[in-house]
Amino acid sequence: MSTLTEAPPPLAPETPTKKPPRRRGRLVPYWLLLPGILWLLVFFALPMIYQASTSVQTGSLEEGYKVTWHFATYWDALSEYWPQFLRSVAYAAAATVLCLLLGYPLAYLIAFRAGRWRNLIMILVIAPFFTSFLIRTLAWKTILADGGPVVGALNTLHVLDVTSWLGWTSGDRVLATPLAVVCGLTYNFLPFMILPLYSSLERIDGRLHEAAGDLYARPATVFRKVTFPLSMPGVVSGTLLTFIPAAGDYVNADLLGSTDTRMVGNVIQGQFLRVLDYPTAAALSFILMAAILVMVTVYIRRSGTEDLV
Amino acid sequence: MAFVTWLRRHLVVIAGLLTLGYLLLPNIVVTVFSFNRPKGRFNYEWQEFSTDAWKDPCGVSGMCGSLSLSLQIAFWATLGATALGTAIAFALVRYRFRARGAVNSLIFLPMAMPEVVMAASLLTLFLNMGAQLGFWTILVAHIMFCLSFVVTAVKARVMSMDPKLEQAAQDLYAGPFQTFVRVTLPIAAPGIAAGALLAFALSFDDFIITNFNAGSTVTFPMFVWGSAQRGTPVQINVIGTAMFLVAVLSVLASMVIGNRRTKHKA
Repeated sequence: MSTLTEAPPPLAPETPTKKPPRRRGRLVPYWLLLPGILWLLVFFALPMIYQASTSVQTGSLEEGYKVTWHFATYWDALSEYWPQFLRSVAYAAAATVLCLLLGYPLAYLIAFRAGRWRNLIMILVIAPFFTSFLIRTLAWKTILADGGPVVGALNTLHVLDVTSWLGWTSGDRVLATPLAVVCGLTYNFLPFMILPLYSSLERIDGRLHEAAGDLYARPATVFRKVTFPLSMPGVVSGTLLTFIPAAGDYVNADLLGSTDTRMVGNVIQGQFLRVLDYPTAAALSFILMAAILVMVTVYIRRSGTEDLV
Repeated sequence: MAFVTWLRRHLVVIAGLLTLGYLLLPNIVVTVFSFNRPKGRFNYEWQEFSTDAWKDPCGVSGMCGSLSLSLQIAFWATLGATALGTAIAFALVRYRFRARGAVNSLIFLPMAMPEVVMAASLLTLFLNMGAQLGFWTILVAHIMFCLSFVVTAVKARVMSMDPKLEQAAQDLYAGPFQTFVRVTLPIAAPGIAAGALLAFALSFDDFIITNFNAGSTVTFPMFVWGSAQRGTPVQINVIGTAMFLVAVLSVLASMVIGNRRTKHKA
């Protein structure tokens, strides 16, 4: 959650260790690390290697699989499922932008305007985490139901005509359309945007705003020149925390979407758990991982906060 | 005109509250529909008011069993991840050693990986090992993905700790063990608690990784997932509402207690 924002300034951890450790032996850090790191190596790193080898295997479930360095699986998977990949990136990007637009005012409100309501609002942002997210996602089925109040209102305002023309909805329904999936994704990952935004906004010294105001900056200018640039670490980590899980999600696409809104997560899940075509599934998840790593790296370079992660 | 000025001044507050409404809307719907008496198998349309589900929350076969299984897994996963993660956090902050960079990236990667990728690769491992999917594979997976979050939470707290406090304790002739138990641990406790709470919430609510590695074992999120296909009992909404209330009330209670303590000290 606020994990990425808590990242240290690069040199900070060194300071307490400058003095040689007293009383403790040189091996102590390794003993402390050993169990946890071993756990991650065996159950995180090793599985990745297994999966890499699975993705270049051929064979069948009955006869067993063999490593044949069959890289064509990657090509086949990509050429068959590129629409789902594209959709995942598009939906996740849309949800991330929406989260930023919706989350920023709320984070700003908590950081600067909430006063004594701050704690209560904070609780209300975090508490939904403790209600199963599946139950809450299912509630969107009720909210967006055909002929329900939300759809009715959108219809009266002729919003659905526009969105249907754009291909985001179909006819006078919202459920089972891209709009519903993006709405669900936005909702599910909004707290992951709000919390890092809040923690970086909270660190801004309020006197900077006053100073900018004293120098005749209008509120909009203060925001553009002072507040927003200083909240960049929160924006970057919030974007990552929203985009990455959203791109791999298949729950929203399954519960709120239709076969036309399948994302790559749905394909991976289906290949692994239903079709049992392990090489293709492994190749697909490697492509997803690589795509996300590339995008994240480019994004971090661009936003110029490399020491953040 | 006065209205426009007012609107402009309070734009942020209004937008923020609208977002808060968006965040809470599903919870409101869940609560309202926990008092519904649905006609068919699905609880998506309002029919009539009834408190039946609240009187008999475990009336659905398998649901409360899955709930208690999820609580057990979350408990052990929290315990495991907090113990392993706290040790790593202390090692990272307090010592300088080789392979620090490698350790840091190994901690960071699970948080930056889409869940479905981790879930699938773990399943590949278990299949290759011929492991029996069930309670233990779920627990192993949960400890794995909660670990990084605990490490970051504890690290943040330990980093902001003043090492002079420990030196002071030693100047006053506290042994290493005494220093750790009486000084270090109490100061790090809020970070450890935050990490543990996060781990519990993450484990209890996890669906994607569990779905891949559970075999035929059914945790609560998996029960909800199954019911979305077969028909959702009202009791699911009751549990959802209760969880929300418990979360809000326990945080409020801890804040009240915390306030009282600080007042006592002052």
